[in-house]
Amino acid sequence: MTATIEASGVVKNFGKTVALAGLDLVAEHGQILAVLGPNGAGKTTFVRSVATLIQPDSGSLRVFGIDVMKDPGAVRQTIGLAGQSASVEPAMSGRENLEMVARLFGQDKKSAKISAARVLDQMGLTDAADRLARTYSGGMRRKLDLGASLVGSPKLLLLDEPTTGLDPRSRLELWDAIRSLVEQGTDVLLTTQYLDEADHLASHIVVIDRGRNIASGTPAELKQQAGRNVIEVAVRERDDLAEVAKALSSIGISEPTIDEATRRVSVSVEGGVELLKAAIPHLERLGVALDDVALRQPKLDEVFLALTGEAIEEESQKPKARKGRG
Amino acid sequence: MAMATAHKASLGASTSVIAKRTFLKFIRTPQLVVVGTVQGAMFLLIFRYVFGGAISAGGVSYVNFLVPGFITTGIVWQGMASAAGIAEDHDQGFFDRLRSLPIPRAAVLTGRAVADTATQLWGLSIMTVIGFAVGFRLSGTISAGIFAFVLILVFSFAFEWVFITLGLYAGNAQAAQGMSLMLIPFTFVSSAFVPVKSMPGVLRAVAEHQPMTFMIDAVRTLVLGAKAEAQLGHTASYFVVRALLWSAALVVVFGSIAVSRYRKG
Repeated sequence: MTATIEASGVVKNFGKTVALAGLDLVAEHGQILAVLGPNGAGKTTFVRSVATLIQPDSGSLRVFGIDVMKDPGAVRQTIGLAGQSASVEPAMSGRENLEMVARLFGQDKKSAKISAARVLDQMGLTDAADRLARTYSGGMRRKLDLGASLVGSPKLLLLDEPTTGLDPRSRLELWDAIRSLVEQGTDVLLTTQYLDEADHLASHIVVIDRGRNIASGTPAELKQQAGRNVIEVAVRERDDLAEVAKALSSIGISEPTIDEATRRVSVSVEGGVELLKAAIPHLERLGVALDDVALRQPKLDEVFLALTGEAIEEESQKPKARKGRG
Repeated sequence: MAMATAHKASLGASTSVIAKRTFLKFIRTPQLVVVGTVQGAMFLLIFRYVFGGAISAGGVSYVNFLVPGFITTGIVWQGMASAAGIAEDHDQGFFDRLRSLPIPRAAVLTGRAVADTATQLWGLSIMTVIGFAVGFRLSGTISAGIFAFVLILVFSFAFEWVFITLGLYAGNAQAAQGMSLMLIPFTFVSSAFVPVKSMPGVLRAVAEHQPMTFMIDAVRTLVLGAKAEAQLGHTASYFVVRALLWSAALVVVFGSIAVSRYRKG
């Protein structure tokens, strides 16, 4: 079976900025593939290349076996895109927005109406269908935008940071919506900066950094490889930080890190709750005032640290033009 | 589950769908409608009553001279909104969605041009009514008047491509507005508000040969008839033909620049 997406050695430069530096990646049919990486890693550039919005400088990029550079028109028939900026028309109702996109997919008026009604129902927007989109909340707009990428019944859905800027509840709702799509057989490529999002949604994760694939696998594999749990202790008094760090160093697998600003000490551990239990007597013996003790999943920067041995280097100057983003 | 029909949307169908969206955006945003209308009416009144008394228009009364010129140059004011609208669509991601769809790429721009020309119809009608209210009268036939009205829409469609090009190059709405504003002096160096004969050497040469002047004088000779033809030294058909040639040139030149720019992303 042909892979949904097959990228090999994809390079894209914007002037002197290297966005993709020979990216290799394969998304198999039936997968939700999450592309995970910090700002400026090349996530958006990759999605925009798959969506035929920009042309890679070199390398090969195929969607369902179709060459994106040679036959972008055929690729457009198979994809639906929901970008970072929710591109719905505020002066049109939800229904009108969806009917418009359906018509642009070549559907006649009647089937456009049917598709729009189906998607409104799928997104839980039926009650708000005839209100202008300018009255929608941020979460509803994102859902409508996601819906707009669905009216053409795409085989592959491209979601560029679908939940960035959403409140936690809208985020969960959008996750549910995305999951139910996949159950209906749509392949999904999504980009995210959040490890927990990739973890919740994806069956497969590709971590990219500076335009390259630096690690890939199932969420479980990646976490095993890189994402050790973290014990984090918040102290009342800043002066106690060093002492707590010392106490934790015996449990951790690397040196504890101290964050003076938030008065927190964190350390990566090989294990789970049992290590947290073991840590608490150590801390009690110190007799310092604690605000919080927690066992948590690693954050993206900690995964990065483990995978690359260096901290995330945020892009210092973002290219101004929108096409140069990410 | 309803499946999408597999065929690709044609240029005509996608143009009309995109035009509908732009048009709805206009009529559902009252600020756009009101500001455009009030602005136009205000300037027409200023020219008619503040400057009008001091300007001699030769053989015809100033109000009859002014109104055709004023209404025709209204195209440029309207165009500023088009340039800003295009830049906004580009900036806010609306074009990304459209670019990812299986439609002819030119449709996005032709849709905008068609919608904004339709919008122009609104402004044009209001200005025509106000023109009559402040004393303008047709000296030619009614059918010539209607023809002139239609011609303005044609010119508007042609200039639309200049503004679409500006909007695509500007990148954001504010820059687009600023760039379009630079075209405003161009409306003054024309036959719109004063006879070009009153201008000194170089300025007069520019005013006489620029497209706006042909468009204005085509409209003027159609609505004012023989008197204006005598004053301007040419028949209506002389101006109409040249104005239409200019329009075709604007569409071809700026249309191809705009479409290739849009294709590049």
